[in-house]
Amino acid sequence: MKYVAELKAKIREKLPELDVVIGWKQGFDPVHASPAFMTTPEEIEQLVVNPLCVQNLATYLPGLKGKKVGIVARECDTRSIGELLQESLIEREELTVFSVKCPGAVDLVKLRQQVGDLGRVRSISFDGPRVTVETPDESSSLDLGELLPGKCRVMAYDEPVLADFRFVDPDQDTVCREEADTDLVALEQMDLDERFAYWRGHLDRCIRCYACRNVCPMCVCQDQCIADTRDPHWLSAETDVRQKWMFQLIHAMHLAGRCTECGECERACPMDIPILTIRRKLNREIHELFGYTSGMDVDAVPPLLTFQPEEKSITEREW
Amino acid sequence: MSAGNGRELRIVGFLCNWCSYGGADTAGVSRLGQPTDLRIIRLPCTGRMDPLFMFKALLSGADGVLVSGCHPRDCHYSEGNFYARRRLELAKRLLPTLGFDSGRFEYTWVSASEGKRWQQVVTAFTEQIHTLGPGPKFSH
Ligand code: SF4
Ligand code: SF4
Repeated sequence: MKYVAELKAKIREKLPELDVVIGWKQGFDPVHASPAFMTTPEEIEQLVVNPLCVQNLATYLPGLKGKKVGIVARECDTRSIGELLQESLIEREELTVFSVKCPGAVDLVKLRQQVGDLGRVRSISFDGPRVTVETPDESSSLDLGELLPGKCRVMAYDEPVLADFRFVDPDQDTVCREEADTDLVALEQMDLDERFAYWRGHLDRCIRCYACRNVCPMCVCQDQCIADTRDPHWLSAETDVRQKWMFQLIHAMHLAGRCTECGECERACPMDIPILTIRRKLNREIHELFGYTSGMDVDAVPPLLTFQPEEKSITEREW
Repeated sequence: MSAGNGRELRIVGFLCNWCSYGGADTAGVSRLGQPTDLRIIRLPCTGRMDPLFMFKALLSGADGVLVSGCHPRDCHYSEGNFYARRRLELAKRLLPTLGFDSGRFEYTWVSASEGKRWQQVVTAFTEQIHTLGPGPKFSH
């Protein structure tokens, strides 16, 4: 991105007032970027912004409450920041948002489907919508649009929810777009038994690593998580699919009206379980019931933390 | 009295202490006949009704879950049932996506004096669950 030089200069300028600035740097191999915690000018030099920078860095913010933190955030990431502010899990005065125009994102599962073993990738480069991947045997030219994670296809963000500084290249278009939610549509075309079998099959593969929870920017309970506590004892150590299913429902329901559809849970899942679909469905219902989209308005009250004595959209059962 | 073909199904009822639990008692004292599939758990308020109780019950083999509390505006704690209504409606709407018929879960309002209404609710819900049959099972 052309704006990266300008971005680095701005972070250098602001660093003396901040304890840390969170961004991305090149990771352990050509296809991975890693979160970068920048406290020195040398570390700022390592900052990168490209479609491999997939992590939603807002996840780190609640743990850094009390410190002066700068964060490099794409438009969708600022939605998570908005939700954290709505819930007073972070303080606006402690935060400096370096908002960057999103360069697009690469779903590494999709990349692996296209080029095979990612360990063999020697280099990957981006030129607008073209992605060039080199392995020892071949060079492939791919379309970034085909590699986008699902979350970038169902909701488009042109502008950040909040920003202190904004960085956009003059010729840069919005990459994310609003298309039909194919995962949800496919699920809705199944009958109930097929849906049950779908989840039973997928969730049976869950290894209960809890990566989906740990990466979620809105999961802030840490050791208090009821998936871990013995009192109350919601989940047993059995490997039964019901325990895994229950864990997903705990996560989904605790995120109801809060989930910003950042997709981190599904991205982090080592078993590629399509768990974002459950959250999307809840968000669709919340939108229909309460006309509410999480994280978009820092002053809004999340819908499950309030009520109307007469609920216009809820038709109660007559007996 | 069993609502269906004679075989009992497993229905879990979460009832507010201040109203529906009393309503069920009123129905009993008035000797109003009721199906026996329901197992009652008493809550201090429907505001205590974590939607996860419902999911946990269904995943643990319950065939239906019924929540009943005070009518809106009559909550003993003023607002508990208002919050509950939003949560429970949302949870109900998630069920079909997971492969459960949304009719396996209902929430409603029955006051302590409404023994007759309690009888209607529990009979209608039990019939509904018998029409749906046993819930999805986890054995492969
Ligand atoms: S549940 Fe998933 S999509 Fe929603 S905020 Fe958490 S990580 Fe993001
Ligand atoms: S990340 Fe995937 S495998 Fe790990 S607990 Fe979550 S759903 Fe299960």
